Amino acid sequence: MNSERPEERDAPEPAEPTAPDDRADGSPIGRRVLLGTLGLGALGVVAAPTLQRGLEAFLGGVSGKDPTGLTGLLPNGGGFRYYSVTASVPRKDDTNYRLTVDGMVDRPASYTLADLRALPQTRLVHDIQCVTGWRVPKTPFEGVRLSTLLDAAGVDPSAGAVRFTCFDGAYTESLTLDQARRSDVLVALKMQDKPVGHNHGGPVRLYVAPMYFYKSAKWLSGITVTRAVRPGYWEERGYDVDAWVGRSNGRDDAPTG
Amino acid sequence: MHPPVEAPARSTRVRRFSRGEKWVHRAAAALMGVCVATAACLYIPALAELVGRRELVVRIHEWAGLLLPVPVLAGSVSRAFRKDLGHLNRWGPHDRIWLRAVLRRDHRRASRPAAKFNAGQKTYAAWIAGATLVMLGTGLLMWFTRLTPLMWRTSATFVHDWLALTIGVVLAGHIGMALGDREARRGLRTGEVSREWAEREHPLWRP
Repeated sequence: MNSERPEERDAPEPAEPTAPDDRADGSPIGRRVLLGTLGLGALGVVAAPTLQRGLEAFLGGVSGKDPTGLTGLLPNGGGFRYYSVTASVPRKDDTNYRLTVDGMVDRPASYTLADLRALPQTRLVHDIQCVTGWRVPKTPFEGVRLSTLLDAAGVDPSAGAVRFTCFDGAYTESLTLDQARRSDVLVALKMQDKPVGHNHGGPVRLYVAPMYFYKSAKWLSGITVTRAVRPGYWEERGYDVDAWVGRSNGRDDAPTG
Repeated sequence: MHPPVEAPARSTRVRRFSRGEKWVHRAAAALMGVCVATAACLYIPALAELVGRRELVVRIHEWAGLLLPVPVLAGSVSRAFRKDLGHLNRWGPHDRIWLRAVLRRDHRRASRPAAKFNAGQKTYAAWIAGATLVMLGTGLLMWFTRLTPLMWRTSATFVHDWLALTIGVVLAGHIGMALGDREARRGLRTGEVSREWAEREHPLWRP
């Protein structure tokens, strides 16, 4: 461009005898602002734990009374964040949802939503902690204990782990059998006392109360009993397999289990 | 590219930016745009639901952020760009007068003396450079989680989130100012501005 202006590239700079900001004796304020910003950033990292606690307390209080929901968009503003690893997730409901249980079991099974609702339901209320930092206090989950489904299927004594697959087509998770049999691990049908909505992983999601929320796989469609743990989607990408809240992923959040 | 008919004659145009400087700004703006757009897709629930593909969006965000300082570093081979960095760095007495006028909401031209860059542009340039480096540092702490000790990632995330919000607001102000000044935009597009604009907006500038 500008081919008609050949002087553009190396026009000799005219003398600037009176340009006041061209003198080297001006104060280097720009450099000071830049270094000051860097210093404040470093200070922010150091002071973050204290600042974060204060802000969470303040914004948590405000967001309860905020009808616009805008505080939910602020960092630490409370509430859930939507994470999906795929472009779109099919919707499943009473007519087409199936949960299969297979692998190293005596009696593979396939459950409809009605089948799951007919089994004994357990309601748990714990905080939710995401590995990226957000926490939602006292969230009720309700559903069938995973151990109920495993017992019904009859797990092979040589099996050691459970693998979960999801109908988004990509997400996977795993637990050891001991973890999977805990009484606070649910195949959840309800969240916040309502059926689990599509965006929250409905109609059925896993709920692993004592672990970071990436373990609570959304859109659960398959439970496979395996010999050993196979790392799940995020675990292939660096997160811990044994994701106890406060004791993994280099974090020290208060336990949720 | 031919000047529009209403543009003043050639003789009244003055050079403001060299080709190198224009490309530094273009490349930095494009990378910043990618960072902001991908950040919005990671952060705003409605957009996250629409876009999904979290892994891919994160990778694009990380690489755009990592490359963001490159245009400025590459531009420093240009003498004109280095000279402008000097203009941006050095403050004179007129810059204090300009800032005081802004604080008093004094809009008279005479109370806003500026050389090639006014005090607002100087502040913005220095702050956004510092903020970008803080975002890069905290971003790297979040990216390479295994390299950092306990707690650092949470703290880095905290700073990264809040500073991102601040940068969003400041960047909107920067773009808003540009939208309000056609000749300033033409300066970055063509490298030249009208002498009349230069004398009005930057009376102490000797191009």
